[in-house]
Amino acid sequence: MPSLIDLRRRIRSVNNTQQITKAMKMVSAAKLRRAQQAAVNARPYAALLGEMLGNVLSRADEDSAAAGHPLLARREVRRILLLFLAGDKGLCGAFNSNITKASRRFLDENGDKQVELGLLGRKAVDYYSRRSYSIMGKWDLIFKNVERSAAQEIAGKAMQRFSAGEIDAVYVLYNRFKNVLTQEITLLPLLPVLPSQDKGGGAADYEYEQPPEKLVAALLPRHVVTQVHQAMLESAAAEHAARMTAMDSATRNAGEVLEKLTLRLNRVRQASITTEIIEIVSGAAALE
Amino acid sequence: MSRQMTLEVAVPERQVVREETSAAQLPLATGYKGVLPGHAPMMAEIGTGVLTFKTGAGDSYLALNGGVAEILPDRVRVLAATAEPAPEIDRERALRSLERADKRLQMENLEIDADRARRAIARARARLAAAGSGAR
Repeated sequence: MPSLIDLRRRIRSVNNTQQITKAMKMVSAAKLRRAQQAAVNARPYAALLGEMLGNVLSRADEDSAAAGHPLLARREVRRILLLFLAGDKGLCGAFNSNITKASRRFLDENGDKQVELGLLGRKAVDYYSRRSYSIMGKWDLIFKNVERSAAQEIAGKAMQRFSAGEIDAVYVLYNRFKNVLTQEITLLPLLPVLPSQDKGGGAADYEYEQPPEKLVAALLPRHVVTQVHQAMLESAAAEHAARMTAMDSATRNAGEVLEKLTLRLNRVRQASITTEIIEIVSGAAALE
Repeated sequence: MSRQMTLEVAVPERQVVREETSAAQLPLATGYKGVLPGHAPMMAEIGTGVLTFKTGAGDSYLALNGGVAEILPDRVRVLAATAEPAPEIDRERALRSLERADKRLQMENLEIDADRARRAIARARARLAAAGSGAR
């Protein structure tokens, strides 16, 4: 039987832990709101861009200059670049371990090809830096403030290598923010760009103010950057959501532990009071 | 009932405008272009300038810089690098950057990037024009 002092000490320590997890939950909730808003705000641009690109490309002839843009080139896939987005921090439940497992699975499935890694987020960098993989780039601590310039740099590097023929396909692996309770691990094919086939905006052909290949050349890189940016925003929101959920259940667990400990403390206290009374009573009885 | 089209303007961070309009004027790279509902499908690059559009509440102005526009009979979609509605424009800042760029151009120093300075001037002018029209 633990002593009263031990129990009190444990209760105090659990109580402290609970306060920490509760505070972390609040902080994550606030950060989540901002990250979620940013992700939602960025969606219209991404959607419009995708549609417009589809509209132009679906009208372009097979062998026209517009359809021959280097970012559309489909080659036999031998060398792959995987952009792997994990979190910047821990304490967010299975968020990082799930996505890391998914990345290992991707590497196993593509064992017959050369896979290069682009690592985004401290946890991704930490995990793969200690292992022997060819790494194209590391971007540490980029999720605190997701900047489009970072997406531009990363996507720019990927596009450059793809256009130069050094890699044949680029994928992005990230946690998509579905709702606060669910993150969806998503593997997004980034390059070559696969245009949607449906012809929006009626069957009519466009008039072009500039040659279509020039417009495609303006739209395509933007599309790629936007997709990377969107993935980063989603991943950031998902990370905060995962942390919030994890801290919420940690707070609840701490509450349960506290309840159990308090119950035991009271039992021990009562037992010791009872023993004392018995001692006094029997002492008095012995005097009579 | 006059004919309407949907105008959508989005920048990477957010959607700036999504409104019904009866007429719009776009700052294309090749010059300003007026668009009415029922326009033939068209795609064009956006330059630096002021986007004007009519709504029931009057005219609205946006300073645009770079991007692509798609014009369809019933909608106009603009993807801009930046788009600032007239009320959000900081006139002081635009004035300052106009002066700064002007000075840089006049320095006749070979090391300055004349192209960059000219672009900065165009951006500042567009902002001032949009803000000025919005104030009327």
